[in-house]
Amino acid sequence: MGKNMSNYKVIIGMEIHVQLKTKSGMFCGCKNDPDAKKPNIYTCPVCLGMPGGLPVANKKAIEWTIMLGLALGCKINKFSKFDRKHYFYPDLPKGYQISQYDIPFCYGGKVETSDGPIGITRVHLEEDTGKLIHDTVNGEKVSLIDFNRSGTPLVEIVTEPEIYSSAQAKEYAKKLRQIIRYLDISDCDMEKGGMRLEANISLLRHPQGVRNETGHSKGVQLPKYKVELKNINSFRFLERGIEYEIERQREILEKGETPIQETRGYNAEKGITYSQRTKEEAADYRYFPDPDLPPININDKWFSEIVSQMPEAFEDMFGRWIKEYKINREMTELLFETADQAKWLDKLFSEAIKEKLPVDKLVNLLIHKKIKLELFKADQAQIITEYKKEVTVDEITDDVIIGYIKKAVTANSQAVADYKAGKGNAMNFLVGAVIREAKKKIEFGRLVKLIQSSI
Amino acid sequence: MKTNELTLKKAIELLDKSEISLSDVYKDTESVIAEKNKELNVYLDLDKDALLKSRGQERKPLRGLPIAVKNNFLTVGLPTNASSKLLDGFMSPFESTVTKKIKESGGVVIGKTNMDAWAHGSSTETSDYGSTKNPRNTSYLPGGSSGGSAAAIASDMAIAAIGSETAGSIRQPAAWCGVVGLKPTYGRTSRYGVVAMGSSLDSPGPLTKTVEDSALILNYIAGKDENDATTSPLPIMDYTKNIKKGVKGMKIGICYIDHQKIKGTPVAKAVIAAGKFFESEGAKVDLIETTPGLKKGKVLSHEHAIGVYTVVQRSEVSSNLSRYDGIRYGKDRSNFGHEAKNRVMLGTFSLSKGYADKYYVLAQKIRSLYLSNFKDLFSQYDLLISAPSPSFALPVGSLGDDPMFGELQDLLVEPSSLAGICGISIPCFRDEKTNLYLGLNIMGNYFNEEKILQAAYNFEQGTKWNPWAKI
Repeated sequence: MGKNMSNYKVIIGMEIHVQLKTKSGMFCGCKNDPDAKKPNIYTCPVCLGMPGGLPVANKKAIEWTIMLGLALGCKINKFSKFDRKHYFYPDLPKGYQISQYDIPFCYGGKVETSDGPIGITRVHLEEDTGKLIHDTVNGEKVSLIDFNRSGTPLVEIVTEPEIYSSAQAKEYAKKLRQIIRYLDISDCDMEKGGMRLEANISLLRHPQGVRNETGHSKGVQLPKYKVELKNINSFRFLERGIEYEIERQREILEKGETPIQETRGYNAEKGITYSQRTKEEAADYRYFPDPDLPPININDKWFSEIVSQMPEAFEDMFGRWIKEYKINREMTELLFETADQAKWLDKLFSEAIKEKLPVDKLVNLLIHKKIKLELFKADQAQIITEYKKEVTVDEITDDVIIGYIKKAVTANSQAVADYKAGKGNAMNFLVGAVIREAKKKIEFGRLVKLIQSSI
Repeated sequence: MKTNELTLKKAIELLDKSEISLSDVYKDTESVIAEKNKELNVYLDLDKDALLKSRGQERKPLRGLPIAVKNNFLTVGLPTNASSKLLDGFMSPFESTVTKKIKESGGVVIGKTNMDAWAHGSSTETSDYGSTKNPRNTSYLPGGSSGGSAAAIASDMAIAAIGSETAGSIRQPAAWCGVVGLKPTYGRTSRYGVVAMGSSLDSPGPLTKTVEDSALILNYIAGKDENDATTSPLPIMDYTKNIKKGVKGMKIGICYIDHQKIKGTPVAKAVIAAGKFFESEGAKVDLIETTPGLKKGKVLSHEHAIGVYTVVQRSEVSSNLSRYDGIRYGKDRSNFGHEAKNRVMLGTFSLSKGYADKYYVLAQKIRSLYLSNFKDLFSQYDLLISAPSPSFALPVGSLGDDPMFGELQDLLVEPSSLAGICGISIPCFRDEKTNLYLGLNIMGNYFNEEKILQAAYNFEQGTKWNPWAKI
C-alpha cells in the first residue's frame, strides 16, 4: 500500500454475474450449454431473436434466483416482472436484453466477511447474450457470432459500496462462489465466464486527513466518480487489479485531479488496468416492462415450495459441525462444494462420532486421499471401515522396529545430519524411510521417539 | 354461383355432400385471383401447390379449403415480409401458432396478403409493395392494416382469412370492405410467430364472409399456447354452439356516437339503427353518454385513448423493431419506410430517460382507467356497440403525410384495444351510390366471444346488409 494511503478511504461496490446451470434456457427450450464446442447448435427462433419469437420464463431459474436471495439473507419481491433493457450490440439479437429493472426478485441481503458485513443491494435474473468470435477466415478478418450462450439464465448480484479493500473484495467474491456452489445452481467456472466479476472502485479523501480506523459507517458521501473494473476472470486478478487501481487513483488525486469515470480492464500479463470505455453520461437503456412476459406472482404455496428446497444454511451447518463433530472448518471446506455433498458428509460424520472416531482425523485422511473410496458415492459405512483399516497399526516390537531404523539411518545419513542440524522436516523423511523398509503400519509418534533414541 | 363465392360453412356442407369438389374451389379461386389480383394487389405471394396441399385434408374440420393469411404470420414455405422491404424474401424456418393450427385443422394457406408495412397503418398505403384496392370500389382504400385479408374476402379470393389487430386492424378493414372481422380478447389467440407490432395489444383473428365462419375459424385458432406466455389458460369452447340464441334479455349500450365529430353522420345513424334492431329482437338498449373524465356508467372519451395508444404502441414498436439492426435478414435499416422510422423515433423518445415518466408511464396509468371503465360498463351491460371506423372507406391516396392518419381512423376502437376486450365488426350499411359499406362494432367483456358472436349472428341474419348471409 502506497504512502499517504491513510488520507484516503477505498470504496468498492461489486457486481457479479453468474450463469445458472438449468437444463434449458432462460426464455426458451434450448439446451443450456453456453460453452458447447460447436457454435450455434443450441439455438431457436426465441434465443436468436427472430421475428415472431416470444420468451417464456424458465420457472426453475426463477426458483434458483430466489433460493440464492434467501441464502444471502435477502427479502423477496413476491410480485416481480421482467423488463427490456435496450442497447445495440451484435451479440444481442433482439436489440434488447430481458432483465429486471425496478423490481428484482431479491433485495436487501448481506454477506459476512472477516472485515465486516457487506450489504447485498439486489439479486436479479436476466438472459445472457451471444458471444463474438474475432477470427480470420480465408485470410479475411471476420467477426462471428455464436448464439449458444444467448438466453442462458444469468443472475446478477449487486453489493452496496461497502467493500473497503482488495482483500475484502476477494473474500466476498470467494464466499459468494461458495454459497452458490453449495446451492448447486451454478458451477461458477470463471475461466469459461460462468462467473464474471466487476468492481466499482473509488477513493474518498478523509476530511482533513483524519484517519478513520473502522470507517465502515454507512452514510458516507460517495466520491463523485467511480471506475468500473470489468471482465475479471480470477480472484487473484480481482485483488491485483483493485490494488493497482487504488494506487493509480491515489496518484491522480494527489495531483489534485479527479480520475475519469470509465470502464477499465485488467491486463494480467502486465499487472495493470487499462481504459476500455469512458462513459460520458449514464447509458439510457429505455427500460420498460416486457409485454411478452406477464408479471410474476409468487404466491404462498409456490414460495413455501421454494423455501422447502433450501438446504441448511451454510453458516448454520458449519456452526453445528464444529460443535458436534469438532471439525476444522478450513480443512473441511476443501472436501465439498454442494449441499448434497454436505448432507452426505453429515451422515458420515455422525456415524464416525457414534463410533467415537475423531472426525477431524477422518477429514484429514479424506483430503489426503488416504481412503481410496470415491467420496459422495460410496456408502458411509464403507468409508468408516476403510478409515479404521487405515489407522490400525500392525503388531510389531520395538526391537524389530529398531532393526529397520538402523537400516534406514545408514542409508540416509544426510537426513540424519540435517535433522541434527535442526531441520525438523528431515524427521518426516526418516519416518517415511523406516515405513518403506518395514512395509508395515506403525504409529507416527512411536516411530519418532524410537528414531530419536537411535540417532 | 362459383364455388369461391361460398361461405366457409356452405363450402364444407357442399363438399361433404360431394356437390362440389376441392378442385372446383381451387379452380374458381385461382381464376378470380388471376383476373383481379393484379389490380387489387391482395396477395403478395401465392402457394402454387395449394390444391396439392389440400389433398388428404378432406376429413379435417377445414376440409382443405383455401385460407388467406396476412403477411405478418410466419409460414414455412411462403415468404413472410410484413409488407416491408426490410424483410423482402425472408423465409421463416418456423410456423406461427395460428397458421400451424389452421394447417392442422385442414386449412391450406393459399397466399400471403398485403398489409401496412409492419402493420403500421389503417389503409395498406404504407405497404412497401403498393396499396391494396377496395374490391367494393377500386377508387377506395380497403382499410388496414389487415387490408389484404379483408379484400381477399370481399373479392372471394379465399374462403376465409386471417388477420391481426393492434387497434382496429381487423375491424376497420372488415368494415370498409363489407366483411366480418373478429378481434378476439388479448391472449385468446397466440402471437407466437406473428411479426410483433404492439406486443401488449396484438391479437390475431379471422376475417370472413359471415359471423358463423368467424366462429368456426376461432374454434380452431384459439387457446393456450406454450410458446406465448400471454395466452390465457381458460378453456376454449365451440363458438358456434350458441350462436343462434339471439339477444333476448341482453343489455346493450351504444357508445361514442354522441361525440361532436360522429353525431349525425351516416356512421352514427347506422349504429343507432342497429340499436333499434336489437331492441326489436328483445334486448334492452341504452345510449351511453361519453364523458371526458372517469364516471360510473359513462363511457370514458376515446380522445385520451389516441394519446395513450400512440405512446404505448410506439414505445413497443421501437423496442420490437430494434432486432432489425442490419446484421441479420440481409437488409440494413435504410429499408425501413417512413412510417416505421416515424414510429421508432416517437417510441424511443417516449421511453427515454427524463421523458418516460411523462409519456410511457403516464400513458400506462391512463390505460388502466380505460380498463376500469370497461369493467364498470360490463357490470351493467352484456355488450357495447359502436362503429369500427368514423367513416366510409376513404379514397386511394388519403394517407398523404398525416402521421396520425391511422390513429384518427382507429379512435373508436382504441379504448377497447387498450383494455384488451373482444369485438367484432359486421356489415351494417351499404351506400348504393359508391357500393361502400359501414361496419357495426359489437364489443364484449374479456373472453366473451360467444356473446358478441350471438349478437352479430342475430344482426346478420335479421338484416339485409351481409351479401353472403343467405347463402
